[in-house]
Amino acid sequence: MKITRDLLQYLCHLARLLLEEEEEEMYLHQLNRILSYMEKLNSLDTDRVEPMSHPFAFACPLREDEVRPSLPVSEALMNAKETVSTLIKVPPVIDVEK
Amino acid sequence: MEEILSMNIAEIGELLERRELTSIELTRFFLERIDRHDRSVCAFIKVTEDKALAMAEEADERRRQGEHGPLLGIPLAIKDILCTRGVETTCASRVLEGFVPPYSAAVVESLEREGYVLLGKLNMDEFAMGSSTENSAFRVTKNPWDLERIPGGSSGGSASAVSAGLCVASLGTDTGGSIRQPASLCGVFGLKPTYGRVSRYGLIAFASSLDTIGPIGRSTLDLAVLLNAIAFHDPRDSTSIPSPTPNYLEFLGKDIAGLRFGIPEEYFVEGTEEQVRRKVEEAIRRFEANGAELVPISLPHTEYAVATYYIICTAEASSNLARYDGVKYGLREKGRDIIEMYKATRSKGFGREVKRRIILGTFVLSAGYYDAYYGKASKVRRLIREDFDRAFEICDLIVTPVSPQTAFKIGEKVDDPLKMYLSDIFTIPVSLAGLPAISVPCGFDSKGLPVGLQIIGKPLQEGLLLQASYFLEKELRLPTIPERYRR
Repeated sequence: MKITRDLLQYLCHLARLLLEEEEEEMYLHQLNRILSYMEKLNSLDTDRVEPMSHPFAFACPLREDEVRPSLPVSEALMNAKETVSTLIKVPPVIDVEK
Repeated sequence: MEEILSMNIAEIGELLERRELTSIELTRFFLERIDRHDRSVCAFIKVTEDKALAMAEEADERRRQGEHGPLLGIPLAIKDILCTRGVETTCASRVLEGFVPPYSAAVVESLEREGYVLLGKLNMDEFAMGSSTENSAFRVTKNPWDLERIPGGSSGGSASAVSAGLCVASLGTDTGGSIRQPASLCGVFGLKPTYGRVSRYGLIAFASSLDTIGPIGRSTLDLAVLLNAIAFHDPRDSTSIPSPTPNYLEFLGKDIAGLRFGIPEEYFVEGTEEQVRRKVEEAIRRFEANGAELVPISLPHTEYAVATYYIICTAEASSNLARYDGVKYGLREKGRDIIEMYKATRSKGFGREVKRRIILGTFVLSAGYYDAYYGKASKVRRLIREDFDRAFEICDLIVTPVSPQTAFKIGEKVDDPLKMYLSDIFTIPVSLAGLPAISVPCGFDSKGLPVGLQIIGKPLQEGLLLQASYFLEKELRLPTIPERYRR
């Protein structure tokens, strides 16, 4: 399996990253080298093995639906760059005419 | 005052209790040392001088009011990946520069209740991704034993601050070896607890099924005292194990005779430096000479661990780091629309290694590749865990080197990510299996660089690890601070 430049650009779009052209070169080379190392997992027969997502799988603990104190809005918004009352201001979310 | 550097937390606590020393004096001692020495070691991202003195004053007052406690007034430093309320927390990344958490991590809250003193936040590889602390956006931390060499990573600041005597002890985090490897390379003690033993609430996430928090110190006792304070069930972390916490100090001094130490053949093959292997084997023979039984074991899937780990941790990281988008906190770059803002923010804010892992993680989780990579790795993860389960049927502890080599030079592996990844070969399998492990100093190579022994335990057997570590510590009595930092 090899990552092509097209695939790399698509992955970057999914991950919301923007790479310079020289960076693309570097990452292509390094990522493909890493991926080819990972091919060794294919030599293992895992057909009858259950995947393990978690070292100790116990049931997700539930609690009663009681209201508990949480972070006050003013504190929660303290690190946001632009706010308008209790809202955070961002650039347009819908497509704009380019 | 320099004698403080050879005392453990209990001994320092005694001085404070007998009023021979105040926390203010103790704190000033370390702040002065940081001011003098951190310019060469570069362990700290931020020194919290005013806060430290205020906390020390409060601790002294609490003691005057009749309070006692093993950590009351003790100056510690914390890896900059743990949220500290009101104190900037960056994960050594530009994307979180200026981020001031409105809450403290569970472990930090516990230390606050105990009355500790925060000296500062420690340098690390960005978002805990790295094995050398060269991936910090701010500075490169040096190994106190040789300033041209790396201290290890990602908790490089935590290990080197302890080794250079810039704090009494520190907290680090370990996802694939990030406490054990720097502790080993810096000649100090470091413990990775069982996954779920210590609450991850307030720990900025890298890989959620692997991340753990643990202590780094100059003695086994220091680790036990810190672990007593940070190991508790926390309902705010749904992976927190609901087990009671033993008193870890009770394990120190217990006899190791009769314990079965497993020696895995796969960890003693070609590729480990000769002197590392020799020091590790000498340490193992000490256990044997004192009544421990050595049991040859096999962990046959060891060679697949690095590949498995870098699929799983990058997948989890790509998900966990999606939140750094400039909206609610951290760096925000301009964009004509939201997507542009996300891309500009993340591209400017993240370093190379972080981007590399996000891209890799995105790939292994993407449609069409998920089963072949992430699905496959999850299955191999179970095989690796089953290797340990089987081995632990015939032994109580497993001993290995921590790292195939001693500290390498700054810049040596920075251009070859795969080579860097392979240096974690002995610590990674333990992380995948969720087991506890400790790094214990066991000697020095001919260049004077520290070698660490890894002792691995069954789930929730941190006590036994401390027991074995304490034995070796008393047997070997190795210096944990290099000569130049003992003044």
